Amino acid sequence: MSHPRSPLHRVLRRLPLNAAAVLTVVICLFPVYWMVTTAFKPSTDIQSYDPRLIPRAWTLDHFHEAVSADGFGLFWRNSILVTLSAVLLALLVALGAAYAVARMRWRGRRQFMLAVFVAQMAPWESLIIPIYIISRDTGMLDRLPTLTLVYFMITLPFTVVVLRGFIAGIPPELEEAAQVDGCTRAGAFRRVAFPLLAPGLMATSLFGFITAWNEFTYANFLIIKQQDSRTLPVWLSSFQSTFGTDWGATMAAATLFALPALIIFLALQRHVTAGLASGGVKG
Amino acid sequence: MSTVRERSVPGSRLPYLLIAPAVLGMLYLLLYPLARAVLISLQDFRLRQLILGDADFVGLRNYRTLLGDPVFWEVVRRTFVFMAVCVVAVMVLSTLVALMTERLGRAARTVVLSSLVLVWAVPVVAATTVFQWLFHSEFGIVNETLTGLGFASYEGYPWFAHGGAAFGIVVVLIVWQSVPFAAITLYSALVTVPAELYESARMDGAGAARVFRSVTFPLIRPIFMLVLSLEVIWTFKAFVQIWVMTRGGPGEATTILPVYAVQTALAGQRYDLGSAASILTVLLMSGVLVLYFRQLFRQEGEQL
Repeated sequence: MSHPRSPLHRVLRRLPLNAAAVLTVVICLFPVYWMVTTAFKPSTDIQSYDPRLIPRAWTLDHFHEAVSADGFGLFWRNSILVTLSAVLLALLVALGAAYAVARMRWRGRRQFMLAVFVAQMAPWESLIIPIYIISRDTGMLDRLPTLTLVYFMITLPFTVVVLRGFIAGIPPELEEAAQVDGCTRAGAFRRVAFPLLAPGLMATSLFGFITAWNEFTYANFLIIKQQDSRTLPVWLSSFQSTFGTDWGATMAAATLFALPALIIFLALQRHVTAGLASGGVKG
Repeated sequence: MSTVRERSVPGSRLPYLLIAPAVLGMLYLLLYPLARAVLISLQDFRLRQLILGDADFVGLRNYRTLLGDPVFWEVVRRTFVFMAVCVVAVMVLSTLVALMTERLGRAARTVVLSSLVLVWAVPVVAATTVFQWLFHSEFGIVNETLTGLGFASYEGYPWFAHGGAAFGIVVVLIVWQSVPFAAITLYSALVTVPAELYESARMDGAGAARVFRSVTFPLIRPIFMLVLSLEVIWTFKAFVQIWVMTRGGPGEATTILPVYAVQTALAGQRYDLGSAASILTVLLMSGVLVLYFRQLFRQEGEQL
């Protein structure tokens, strides 16, 4: 320990650590890299027994094929429509509930929050059968509003939990000052607390967006006969049967589908690594 | 205290109006379906009853049928094996990644964390499709690489036609998708451990393994247990990957409980047996859920 360490010594000592880091990054990125490069490779290079790590030639053909596939625009629209309406509904409902929990005292508050925490862990994989039957009985099968309601309920508990935290973090004194100046309680919230809440609303709605955007199970089992009401994940899962063995087009479709989620996640990275981890968010 | 809170006198109806939509949602969209599942699991409910209604109650007959069926027990066993393999792999790997990330320099740490976030962000169905392509029998990069390395038997090896191989791919996919969340959460717990504790442990002559066992792990234990129970519960979310990739096949090699329930109900039109299987799944899960909530509330303290 007493002899001075040369830079070379330090590099060598840290070699295993850095090698492990490189390995981690490669394992993380390779499937994503392979998805994107396959989407840009000419078909002859994809169906080759001598695959190249770096594409020899680039083409946009597969993206053309995916975009011009039957119903692509329609499914894209369906996904956006269902996702946005579910997130907005959840945000509206959660805002009221979160305000009541964070700023008011009432009997049953603890019980309500407990119910929200339990709802966050709801076994959605085990509720497919009753929800299928209920939707069928009420004539809601094959309809997009059914999906909106399910996605609303999937994202609601998480939205309440996070918004409650954000509202509790805003000093009530700010609203009180506005109320002293003649604002109503709702007016004080809207003018003073709401602008401060904007980052929280942004983060929660984007996470809700990703959850709803990715949802496959209910979209697959509640939309059966009405093919025009399908959403992107279901379309992607059946892409192979539509396009046979055209892996270039399949990977182009996967890339297009993943893109919004990737952009949102990377933009939110700071929030991801901080508080949301403890909220139990499955990406 | 403050006027905002003073105004909310007990007996005011405003808070109840504010939570009403959320409560209605939970009642109609969660509690009612759950109750309906219990009901159906106690009835004779097949295609006929689905169309005509008028299902008869048969008591616990469906549960008796399930519990007396060796196929069902095989599915239960497979579910637990699948859960154990996935959870152990995820926890070990994510702890290692978290420990590694903490020791990296600033630039390398950013690169590793960004890659983890990127994987976390890839939609499940997209990732599943990509893994099908990676393990494609003829042109998949995995087979090409293995063949290139001299394992000639992997030339054209049909991964999804062999039970064990298909099961393995599902596990690899789940682990690849689950490690980022676990690693990032554990890493954010690790950075809260005060550096002085490490120093004094090292001065006492403790080696790296000893420091981890006696200093690091006890401090991150609450978060570790939280992540562990979440991963156990999320095993059932593998439904999507399995359904898209293999539909539970080949044979029944990747059929875990939620897959079995949906296949029984929607493919076999035995909604009653499928519901009974779902209820049994929920019961199995609720044990882990209780552990999770105890840990969560201990963690969150009196925030509730």
